[in-house]
Amino acid sequence: MKICVSASSGSLDANVDSRFGRCPYFVIVDSETMEFNAISNDSTNAAHGAGIQAAQTVVNMGANVVITGNVGPNAFNVLSASGIKIVIGASGSINEAIEKFKSGQLKEVTNPTVGGHFGMGKGMGRGR
Amino acid sequence: MIITVASGKGGTGKTTVAVNMALSLDNVQLLDCDVEEPNSHILLQPKIDETEPVYTKFPVISEELCVYCGKCSKFCAYNALFVAPKTVMVFPELCHSCGGCTLVCPKNAITEKERQIGVIKKGEANGVEIIYGELNVGEAMAVPLIKAVKNQMKSDKNVVIDAPPGTACSLVASVHKTDYCILVTEPTPFGLHDLKITVQVLRNLGVPMGVVINRAGLGDNKVYEYCEKENIPLLLEIPFDKKIAELYSRGVPFVAEMTEWKKKFLKMRDKIKS
Repeated sequence: MKICVSASSGSLDANVDSRFGRCPYFVIVDSETMEFNAISNDSTNAAHGAGIQAAQTVVNMGANVVITGNVGPNAFNVLSASGIKIVIGASGSINEAIEKFKSGQLKEVTNPTVGGHFGMGKGMGRGR
Repeated sequence: MIITVASGKGGTGKTTVAVNMALSLDNVQLLDCDVEEPNSHILLQPKIDETEPVYTKFPVISEELCVYCGKCSKFCAYNALFVAPKTVMVFPELCHSCGGCTLVCPKNAITEKERQIGVIKKGEANGVEIIYGELNVGEAMAVPLIKAVKNQMKSDKNVVIDAPPGTACSLVASVHKTDYCILVTEPTPFGLHDLKITVQVLRNLGVPMGVVINRAGLGDNKVYEYCEKENIPLLLEIPFDKKIAELYSRGVPFVAEMTEWKKKFLKMRDKIKS
């Protein structure tokens, strides 16, 4: 199974980034062998639709599961439509998050957990 | 001549300047491009003769023809398309209607449909022809509606454009291809801060500009010092005057009762022309 984790940098020791669409990296881990592959997320600076663009990246990489902190409405819809399992509430390192997921300590979500534009930071005034 | 009235900061008096100037000139068309919160008509009280719906295009995918190659989603700069292994999802509210996806699709699986984003209204009051847009609540695409308002422009008229606040797409669309931009500000730290940003935008666009200071007498001298340093002409000062404020609070354009101001607006226009 291929697990994609939203990450602060591109290694297994990196921390989970709580944002899905605007995390700096995606780390894709094979849950059997723990072999991984990291790619930087091109959507971090998208004005709109970062979650959609990030989800397209994740789908194109063939992930079966996404582990992240939160997921917005558009990203949730497109990941669900692609048959990708969404697991939230992860924190700490990627290694820890994958262990927790394997032992069933992280929960799969059936609804978006935050509103749109969640990962844009405070005071950016880009809501128009 | 096409003159845009802009500000950066909200609430500085763009609408006050635009409407009072329009009422002072002859053969005028006033275009309210603040389509999210158009206010000019409240001061002008026009009789509305016509209301037209405005549409924008978005892609529709034929699931029969689509092979899920992902070329459309890769092309779209605004992330309005998402290609899953067995379906394509379209986000019309993100689509900028460029039509590029229809061109890159190798299977001709994409056609375009229209959706309504708002209306334009046309009317007349006191010799001023007014056209304004009303964007649907919750709609993010203001620019196509602003363009629809500007499409009503008549070349034989003196055109005054009331621009929206801010310095992003809506302002750029409003001020694009106009002859001059009046920047309305107030002599406060807030007015100055947003004025500086707007000046940068206009310099990038190459639109000549001048400043009107509204509520003059309030605040400090920093706006004056800035304009002098940057060589931006000071066109007019509107004092922080109780009578002007009272008329405004009743929704009355002040030139209607303080007619001596018409001359000042005319003089300002002549200054701009020269």
